[in-house]
This record gives sequence, C-alpha cells and structure tokens, in this order.
Amino acid sequence: MPINRRDFLKTAGAGLGGLALVDSPLGQLEIQAKQQEANDQASMLYDATKCVGCRACQVACKSRSSLPPVTDPERIWEKPLDLSADTWTLIKLYEGEEGTSFVKANCMHCVDPACASVCPVAALEKTDAGPVVYHAERCIGCRYCMAACPFGIPKAQWYSNAPKIQKCDFCADRLAGGERPACADACPTGAINFGSRQEMLDVAHSRVTDTERYVNTVYGEHEAGGTDVLYIAGVNPLLLGLPELDDRSLPSIDWPYMKAVPWVVGIVGAFLTATYFYTHRNEGKEAQDGH
Amino acid sequence: MAIKLGDIRLRRYKVGPGMIFIWIVGALGLSVAAWRWIAGLGATTNLSDHRGWGIWISFDMMAGIGLAAGAFTIAAVVYIFNLKKFYPLVRPTLLTGFISYILAALTLLADLGFPLRIWHLVIYNNIHSPLFEIGWCVMLYSAVLALEFSPVVFEALHWKVPLKIIHGIQVPLIIAGITLSTLHQSTLGTMLTIMPYRIHPLWYSPLMPVFYYISAIAAGLGMVVFESYNSARTYGYRFELKLLSSLTKIVPWVLGLYLVLKLGELVVSGDYVYLLKGDLASVLFIIEIMGGVVIPMLMFADPKTRNTSNGIIWAAFYAMGGLIMNRINSALTFFDGALYLPAWSEIAVSVGLTCLGIIMFDAAVRFLPMFPEPTAEAGKK
Repeated sequence: MPINRRDFLKTAGAGLGGLALVDSPLGQLEIQAKQQEANDQASMLYDATKCVGCRACQVACKSRSSLPPVTDPERIWEKPLDLSADTWTLIKLYEGEEGTSFVKANCMHCVDPACASVCPVAALEKTDAGPVVYHAERCIGCRYCMAACPFGIPKAQWYSNAPKIQKCDFCADRLAGGERPACADACPTGAINFGSRQEMLDVAHSRVTDTERYVNTVYGEHEAGGTDVLYIAGVNPLLLGLPELDDRSLPSIDWPYMKAVPWVVGIVGAFLTATYFYTHRNEGKEAQDGH
Repeated sequence: MAIKLGDIRLRRYKVGPGMIFIWIVGALGLSVAAWRWIAGLGATTNLSDHRGWGIWISFDMMAGIGLAAGAFTIAAVVYIFNLKKFYPLVRPTLLTGFISYILAALTLLADLGFPLRIWHLVIYNNIHSPLFEIGWCVMLYSAVLALEFSPVVFEALHWKVPLKIIHGIQVPLIIAGITLSTLHQSTLGTMLTIMPYRIHPLWYSPLMPVFYYISAIAAGLGMVVFESYNSARTYGYRFELKLLSSLTKIVPWVLGLYLVLKLGELVVSGDYVYLLKGDLASVLFIIEIMGGVVIPMLMFADPKTRNTSNGIIWAAFYAMGGLIMNRINSALTFFDGALYLPAWSEIAVSVGLTCLGIIMFDAAVRFLPMFPEPTAEAGKK
C-alpha cells in the first residue's frame, strides 16, 4: 500500500516543527526486522470465500474460554451482534453491491501492537510465538488499549466492578501445547488456516492470484505494520469492517517521543540550571555588599 | 494538652452561601463517586466498548492538568528567571497546582477499572507507554509540589529545621518540578499521537505533544489570573493587577507561537481542507482557535485591556476556555467512537471533585499564611 500524500506531509510537518523526532531510517529498519521475525510467528489466514457462516468457530471459542452466551431476551439464541468482553470472535455477513461475504472478526495480533505498547503496566504482551496475551493480575483498568487499538478489539467487562479487558488471545495455551487455535480446529471448510506467518502469506498470495474468486489483496500483510491474522476475500476487505490503515506500525509513531524522554530531562535540566546561575550571578555580591 | 500549632489558626473569613453550596455539591459528588466504586463503571457511567474514555479523562485529567501548568511556570519565572517581584503569586499558585494534581489522582481513582491497583505503576513498567511516564511524572511532581509548598506549613508551625532543609534543596526541587512538568504536560499530547485513525485530522498531529505543552503554559497563566482574582474577591485581598498584567505580557507570545505552529502544521500537512467542509468539526475548530487563542492573544497584548481587572479576567477566561475546549475536542468530541453524552453521575463526580478542590483551597487560605500579610518580613521584600 503506498503511503498517501497526507501522511507523507504529516511526517514532513513533524520535521518542519523543528523536532528531530520523525522516524529515522534506522527506525524503519527496526520495523522491517520486526516483520522478518514475525514471519515465524503463529498466524491465521481467514479465507472468506471458503466460509459458510456456520459459526462453529464462535461456539468453539466460547467453550474453550468458558465465555457466557450473549442471548436474546428469550434466552434461546446465542446472538451477539458485535465483539464484546464475552464474545472474542464473531462471524458477520456483508451483503452489498460488490457481492456477499462472511467475515470473521477477532483480534488481529499485530506484529507491533498498539495495545501492548501503550499499556502502562505491561498487562498486554506480544509474545514471541505471536499471540498478544493479557495478564489480568497486572491490569489497572485504564482502557488506554481500547483507545489505541486501530481495530477496536479490546473490550471491557462493563457489567463487572472488576472489569477485566477481554479479547481473543489466539489460544496461546493451546498453541504452547502444540495444538491449533480452537476456532481453526473447529472450522469444517478450511476457511481458517493456521501456520507460520510466512506459510500463511504464501498460501494467501497463491490464492489471490485467482482474481475470478478473490480480490487481489492480502489484508494484514502490511496494515499497521503487519498483523498475524490475515484476510483474503472475494470482496474488498475494507467492506468487511476492516479499517483502512497505512503501513506504519502505530507504536513507531510515539516511540520517538518516548525515546526522547532522557534527552528532554537532560536538556531542560541543563537549560534551567544554566539560566539559574546566569540570573543569580550577582546574588552573592549583593549579599556581601549587604553584610 | 495543648499542641502548639504556631500560626496555623483559623482566619475568620465569612462563609458565604456560595461556599455552603460548594460543600453540599462536593459531598454529593463524592457520594456519587462512592456509588461508582460500589456498583462499577458500567452501571454508573455512559462509557462503553466504543467509548472507553469520557469526560473524566478529557475534562478532569487532560484539561485539569493543563490548567495546573501555572505552578511550574510561576516557579520558573520567580526562582529560575529570578523575577522576584512575582513572589506574591507563588504560594496560591503552588497550592492550586498541588490541589489540581490531587484532583487528577482522585479522578483517576474514579475512572480506573481497578482503582486499588493504581500502585501497580510502581511495580510493573512499560517505558514505551506514555501513560506510564505520565503516571510517574504526576506521582513525582505531586511530591515535588508538596515539598515546594511545605515551607508555608513549616513557617506557620515555626519549625525552623525542616524549613532550612527545604530551603537548602529548593533550587534543585524547582528544577525537578519544571522538568517533570515539561515531560508530562507534553506527554499528555503524546498519549494521543498513537491514534491517527481515531482523532479528527484538525486536532490530530504528530506535534500534539508540543501543542499540549505550549497551550498549557498560556492557559496555566490564565488560571493564575483567575485564581488571584477569585481569592481577592472572596477573601478581601488586594487584586495584584499590576503584577498579573506584567506577568501576562508574555501570554501573547506563547499563544502566538501556538497559533503559528498549529496553523502552519495544518497548511503543511494539507489538513486545512477539513476547515473548508463547514461541518461541526470545522466550526468548533474555528471557535476554538478564535475564542481560545486569537481573542485572548489580542486581549493580553493590549495594555489597556490587560491593565483593567475586567479585561484581564476575561482574557484569562478565554485562554482557559481555549485549553478546555481543545482537550475535550481532541480526546472526546472528535475522538472516533460511539455517540456519548456523559451520564449525570459522571458530571456529578466531575463537578463534585472541582468543588472539593475549591474546598481544599478555601481551607488552606483559612488555616495557612497563604497571602503575604503586612509583616516586617514582607516589608523587607
């Protein structure tokens, strides 16, 4: 995805502001290195053209994580309308001029996740294996993760007075035990593929060349610096509730500022000290004169 | 068993009906906060998955801390730039700052999902998180403010030794306070830079840390004017118009710099196109810039306006309003998410905490030597 003009100018604007804080080429290299590393991470490829909307994945997810059902008033249908603290994955349907497609909503497990980078107590963690996991015992409930996530994934248990943040954890425990994620395991049609990120990208790219069936794009390859959950579909992924994002990893935007903290301390401290001594240079004399 | 309390004595200012009203509203607000702690955030606020932050973050935290910037600005002016004539403004300003930070901490306790874990910031860390830095800065700066303010209490108690100690470390303390303020005032802006897709382009900018810092200095000085005026009116002290007028000469430069950077950034980034849309965002942006930046800039720049009580107070109001509007616009109104109006309980807690701040200030004025009384020592200065 090319960087559009506005974003280019935004970056240029930061430079013009006199701050040498814009992403250095070194920072870009760091991100590339991160993406390289990511290619060994666990990854899921959702192929919307193979999904029949049976919601077996939803049920498997709920039973694996013991999540309560979200029901209608008669308590007959399990029918969540959106992701929530109790629904970590959800099959939605797009029907429009461009065609019809199911789409599976869940955490994207970004290569460089904003949620983990903003969490003040490191309650959210990007593991080396790929999953972004949550350490509930650390969480202070500030909800910065919810604000920072470009996909709107982390949800809070609003009904509770100890509101944990909840989201798909990529079945990190199952993965550690050599198993597949519960949703991928349950999928009867092969719509949810599981493997290393490199494998999934290879599968995705080989499939989307069939432009009769697919729109030739792999969502998640570059978006927000890349995600471990990838999408291919018969309609434009942006119609499926996936946001339009550029290639920047979000933490790469504010890291230059955070990295500058020791410099700010040093420069401001030195400036103030120097100013103090300059403005008080005659103090001693006056005192002596007075005595 | 009389404990000698030195000069800590009740100064008998009249308690007007306004103050009684503030006590009542403060008590009600704190009761609502207690209810929120018992019943939970979901049951008592209008916050939701698509609107995780409400007025407690945008107004109480972001605007509240911004308005408290007067404390470090005045400290810099008096102690670092050695402009001693502004000393009479130091004590009430430090107190206002200190109270603002107490209120920010209380707001955080209302807003956090796990308020009892606020101390986790001490044992867990993530140096990448702007909020981690803000948390630490606010903790340290509150301690610095308490120490900076403590001579007032020690003086009243006639405690010579602690007074001497504080006096000995005063300069490093002041420098630490200004540095910490520079960090967290700007980092409040950094907090939002990670959300380019969530915040309206008219407010979003990679320069937000700079904008937040500069606007806090201007509005913080406005707050100094407002607080001086209010103290003068409420407690019958002399309104330090001359001093304030001289102090606020700098505000047009600060606001001017803000204006140039802000508009320059819009032009360079190409985001000025959003101004031409004529939608709510463009209208509120223009109101914010005109009313909160241009008007106070012109008012503070005009000696005739600045030298009258009415003029300087209104200029201060505009500057403060500009900051409040900016924080609410960037972190709430034009922060992408579900439609949100604060629940009555959220407003009650906000208003109640503000009242608590006024009550604390009032108590300090009643019990402590806050304003220079005509003593021999003051005469020397």
